[in-house]
Amino acid sequence: MIAQQAYLESFDWTSWDLLFLVAKVVLIFGVLLVSVMLMVWFERKVVSDMQNRIGPNVAGPWGILQTLADGIKLFFKEDLTPDGADRFVFKLAPYLSLIPAFLMFAIVPVAGDFSDGKDGSVSWFGQDLFLQFVDPPMGILLFLAMSGLGIYGVMLAGWASGSKYPLLGSVRASAQMVSYEAALGLSLAAVFLSSGSLSTNQIVQSQTDGPFFIGGWNVFGLGFIPFVIFLIAATAELNRPPFDLVEAEQELVGGFHTEYSSLRFSLFFLAEFMNVVTMSAIMVTLFFGGPHGPVLTDTGGWAWGLLWFFLKVLVFLFTFVWFRATLPRLRYDQLMDLGWKILIPLALGWFLLLGALRVAEIEGWNRLVVVAVGLAGIFLGGLLLTGAIRNARLTRAESEILEYG
Amino acid sequence: MTLQVFVFLISALIVLSGALGVVLARHPVHSALFLIQTLFGVAVLFLVVEAHFLAAIQVIVYAGAIVILFLFVIMLLGVDRSDDLRVEPLVGQRPLAYVSGAAILGLMLAVINSVDGLTGRIAETAPINRPSAGTPDINILAETIFTDHVFTFEITGLLLTVAVVGAVVMARRIPGDLQPIPESALDSGVLADILSEGETPAADEGDAEEGGDS
Repeated sequence: MIAQQAYLESFDWTSWDLLFLVAKVVLIFGVLLVSVMLMVWFERKVVSDMQNRIGPNVAGPWGILQTLADGIKLFFKEDLTPDGADRFVFKLAPYLSLIPAFLMFAIVPVAGDFSDGKDGSVSWFGQDLFLQFVDPPMGILLFLAMSGLGIYGVMLAGWASGSKYPLLGSVRASAQMVSYEAALGLSLAAVFLSSGSLSTNQIVQSQTDGPFFIGGWNVFGLGFIPFVIFLIAATAELNRPPFDLVEAEQELVGGFHTEYSSLRFSLFFLAEFMNVVTMSAIMVTLFFGGPHGPVLTDTGGWAWGLLWFFLKVLVFLFTFVWFRATLPRLRYDQLMDLGWKILIPLALGWFLLLGALRVAEIEGWNRLVVVAVGLAGIFLGGLLLTGAIRNARLTRAESEILEYG
Repeated sequence: MTLQVFVFLISALIVLSGALGVVLARHPVHSALFLIQTLFGVAVLFLVVEAHFLAAIQVIVYAGAIVILFLFVIMLLGVDRSDDLRVEPLVGQRPLAYVSGAAILGLMLAVINSVDGLTGRIAETAPINRPSAGTPDINILAETIFTDHVFTFEITGLLLTVAVVGAVVMARRIPGDLQPIPESALDSGVLADILSEGETPAADEGDAEEGGDS
């Protein structure tokens, strides 16, 4: 791992370093934009298939260019700024939404040969490269930081519009995103425990040994629960159905971006779909071994990595679309209950269990006993929590009766 | 000029202009935005000195949670209307602000004095534990917190929990002593409704009102 300081000092502005840096940035930028274009088309097409409709079918073969047409249309629409808007913040907000969405992808290893304990690096043009933009020591925390910053885009957009529905939408959205970020972070802790590192490259490497290629993946190694929590929290973090209360049309017109039009609206749209792609990629990296998979040829192992990575991401993209097509929207109090009273306690409990298992491994205790005691502890804790919630409801009911009765 | 100095200068500029903005902006929301800018610049400064974990935590905790809470309060309580600055909300607040400002200035001067002039190089006498090169700072931090200072860490955690519980208790204080539930409410089955799963608070309120009237 290259220390940042040494890296900064050894950075040569005239060398290949700069060229590779720029090339990687341009590549990621282009790939993300194209993937968003295809994702929007994919979503519309799959949803229409699930609802027995045809979907976009005019622009290009199978309507694949529909998003491009929509983008061009948005580009030429009139750009409105409401009278009551805070002009500067109103114009800043879309970028605050978009830039974190781009930066998040920087830490994802997209390709590379991780089979047989290889570290996924390739030698191109006399350089040892990792096929990801950066691999900072804080790794996945960058993802958390960026998703934290993404909240500002939504929050400020609603506030700066100077209108009540966007404000309500943005308050809802930011409360939802902050709440589910806690569950997201706690399920990440389980991954850190198993990989012993925050770096995404190390996380992928730690998942490579196990039976049948897939045995080492965190989704199995951590016992499904952290993955399920991460998937639910990620869906809520993305404001995707069934957690799309942010733009609940019946209640809030269009949510935080009601007052946005033209290019500024399309930036929000872009950020939203880019986040879906990035979140799927992060999930693949954390729980499904990233680009790890069987390499069937002698050379060009990195390309196989790219293929496996792409296929795995595609599965999650499909899952998100599937959620949208099948699940009805939650009510807001149900959403908060799910996040605070179920996901966070469960993530904490499961993390303790994994920690106990790790200690058992070091001390040589009997695993079955540890699991039994741990599950019993989680069950008892759950009972206690349910009791406490029930009791709180009772107290509130009493006070309400006193107040109104 | 090495890249490190370059990065330092740019981030110092970001931090300082942000700090000025926090004080000078007329609108509380703009102040909060400038605060984010400052926090972000500090995170970059942490990166320059290889404190990656601190940089990430700086953004996640301060920018990602604390300023969000500030903004919530500003937006929802409507403090974004211009306040009358002549009224002092807490008596003696302003003189105290001057005193603490002077104290902080003195502290900073003392720190600058203890290092080698304005270049910021550490003085020979300053005790500092240089970690071995290549170890991520999170490993060093974790080892220190969970071995040498584990007790302090646990007590801090407990203190925070107590503070949260205290805040909830204070915010949800029920007026007057709790009375036994009136018979009429028990008969109307309001409690059963409220206790059943998936009841909205709004519906609870309505039911409670009806129960009281009957």
